Amino acid sequence: MAKITFDGVEVEVPDGTTILNAARQIGGSIVPPAMCYYTPLKGSGGKCRACLVRVAAGSAKDPRPMPKLVASCVTPVQDGMVVENTTSEQVLNVRKGIVEMLLINHPLDCPVCDQAGECDLQNFAFEHGVSTTRYQEERRTFEKIDIGPLIQLHMTRCILCYRCVYTANQITDNRVHGVLGRGDAAEIGTYIENIIDNDFSGNVIDVCPVGALTDKTFRFKQRVWFTKPVNAHRDCPKCSGNVVLWYKGKEVLRTTARKDQYGEVKEWICNECRFEKKETSDWTIEGPAHIDRSSVISANHYELPVLNQSVIADLPESTQRDLEKNPPLKLGS
Amino acid sequence: MGRKLLTEHINVEGINTFEVYRKHGGYRSVEKALKTMTPDEVVEEVKKSGLRGRGGAGFPTGMKWSFLAKPEGVPRYLVCNADESEPGTFKDRQLMSKLPHLLIEGMITSSYALGANTSYIYIRGELLYVLRILEKAIAEAYAAGFLGKNILGSGYDLDLHVHPGGGAYICGEETALLESLEGKRGNPRNKPPFPAVQGLYARPTVVNNVESIAAVPVIVNEGGDEYAKLGVGRSTGTKLISACGHLNKPGIYEIELGLPVEEFIYSDEYCGGIWKGRELKAVVAGGSSVPILPKELILKTAAGENRLMTYESLSDGGFVTGTMLGSGGFIAMDETTCIVRNTWNFSRFYHHESCGQCSPCREGTGWMEKVLHRLEHGHGHMEDIDLLVSVAKQIEGNTICPLGEAAAWPVAAAVRHFRHEFEWHVTHAKEAAQPGAVYRANAVLV
Repeated sequence: MAKITFDGVEVEVPDGTTILNAARQIGGSIVPPAMCYYTPLKGSGGKCRACLVRVAAGSAKDPRPMPKLVASCVTPVQDGMVVENTTSEQVLNVRKGIVEMLLINHPLDCPVCDQAGECDLQNFAFEHGVSTTRYQEERRTFEKIDIGPLIQLHMTRCILCYRCVYTANQITDNRVHGVLGRGDAAEIGTYIENIIDNDFSGNVIDVCPVGALTDKTFRFKQRVWFTKPVNAHRDCPKCSGNVVLWYKGKEVLRTTARKDQYGEVKEWICNECRFEKKETSDWTIEGPAHIDRSSVISANHYELPVLNQSVIADLPESTQRDLEKNPPLKLGS
Repeated sequence: MGRKLLTEHINVEGINTFEVYRKHGGYRSVEKALKTMTPDEVVEEVKKSGLRGRGGAGFPTGMKWSFLAKPEGVPRYLVCNADESEPGTFKDRQLMSKLPHLLIEGMITSSYALGANTSYIYIRGELLYVLRILEKAIAEAYAAGFLGKNILGSGYDLDLHVHPGGGAYICGEETALLESLEGKRGNPRNKPPFPAVQGLYARPTVVNNVESIAAVPVIVNEGGDEYAKLGVGRSTGTKLISACGHLNKPGIYEIELGLPVEEFIYSDEYCGGIWKGRELKAVVAGGSSVPILPKELILKTAAGENRLMTYESLSDGGFVTGTMLGSGGFIAMDETTCIVRNTWNFSRFYHHESCGQCSPCREGTGWMEKVLHRLEHGHGHMEDIDLLVSVAKQIEGNTICPLGEAAAWPVAAAVRHFRHEFEWHVTHAKEAAQPGAVYRANAVLV
């Protein structure tokens, strides 16, 4: 066991736990954001740099601070480690920089993007970003690609987190897509236009933190915050059959895997459950799925659910005036 | 001229063949090490020599070797990093093509010291002709009994392989190199774990530069203490410097560390001064990724002392007034060089070579390149100069591997020391956008 101090809170975790997972045991607003790390996927993490934290003391044995910020999702804890996240000005500044970097080539087409409302990048930018950009150059764009009849790849939105690559590696027996090219020309692709034909391929949609991989059976049907999530299950010969159905009225618009509070899939589901079973009669309904109060899905309308006090000053004046009139649900720190 | 340890016989006819190399004292270190020394004694000699990694970071080689984890029953590997692709650095290429047996000798002795029974030379893909030379030399070494089973009857086995990369700069980063060697995409790994614990095929691995390994035979032959007598302070021995740019005699020089920079540039023994009788303007002392320094600061430190070719002297003053010895890619620029254009050129390289794995480097290198392109072509604004510094700062230290820093440092340093040129590119946009336009000190800033 190793005892670490994270943002002033002490926590004891088994050896080999990453700093991020130790912070998740504490929970709350001090948990660093993670855009590429995904607990169920071995080897993921370290790429987006959103979770960088400052290690003020390396361990009890060697209490020197680490020279650089470290990616909390891949750095294991050491006994006596002291980590600063929200308490470090440097970390917050760097995180602002990371948002900026992730957004410079992102199309910011949230108004027409199916992921809006449950998008990791949107949440991350909302909490840590600024409302203006210093980037004047042309953004990189790609053609939309249909990878099979059920999934669409819109590479322009991709932040190259590699989650879908790891998913295909680890839960299917044959990966046909991967990262091609290098630098900001890198893209997810199948090289020669290929379809991803696998019973579990739909899971890449769930792991995608942005709207780069979308469910073609749900595209443009409805904004997610107008749909109601309901837990349901069925006897499925391929997967666990535990899913969330997203209803609009009596209609099941989409089916996804169940996710935990950090947006990570609990159990992978098969394509049959995801794309084909869209009748209530196919399922045994368990009840409404829990949605975090801070989520726009819970707010059910597109309002500021949690507002980071520190970003208010960066907002346009008109928005600030609106905020004074209609205060948000709660103010984050 | 100072003593030459590595390149003494480089111009001997046929030195690339086993016989001639052997006649000139080649493979003595293998005999000495395998017959009279234990592996730990070899490591000890290298530690005593004070040899520092010649690939750029300057980390003490002996210390790196002693970090190698040695669990029972698990193979260990030595990998030679011959993926030399830093702009301005071309020492390893020459060393390998002229003296392939020196590298092989170093590999055998070093592998013995580390207890590796399989070793690899990972060579840059573009250097295919060098690969052929090395393969031929390795075949000769196998035939002579210096490689293979039971080398020289000592019971020590070693297989040596040469593996060409695809020519990506990023594969010169040690963990990306290992990924590439394993047959994967050359993406750097997250550290920890470090290669000394989990390297090639998740086994303990040491990755060393060609020049570092080539220095091992000399150290074993003459003893670490003898080697440490050369050089100054913690910068011991000799270093290959590949000098290029506006010099009268560009080329590869083996210098004893501690040589004054001024002597290196102006003495006829070395570079012979700046070509066409022009003035020196700036120097990039250790390959394109180290900070550029203007003439005043490269010849003398901020404290007014003579700048020496050592790890310490070149980095005197930190990055405010200093730079790094790096990999020894010495690029001299005369007064007709446009620093903005040069910085843009470097930046273009890093943009092209970023692997795209982590966001600050993937997006930031491209951003800097585009802003510099705009400045150079007369479409820049004053804010762009501070923007460059800010973007460089956002990349630096926040990436998985040092490529981010390599991209950020030259830009930050160019703005730090030549801000007036960037400003001139904004105020005299039309003039600056002309081909060959260069800011002159006597030009009046509006």
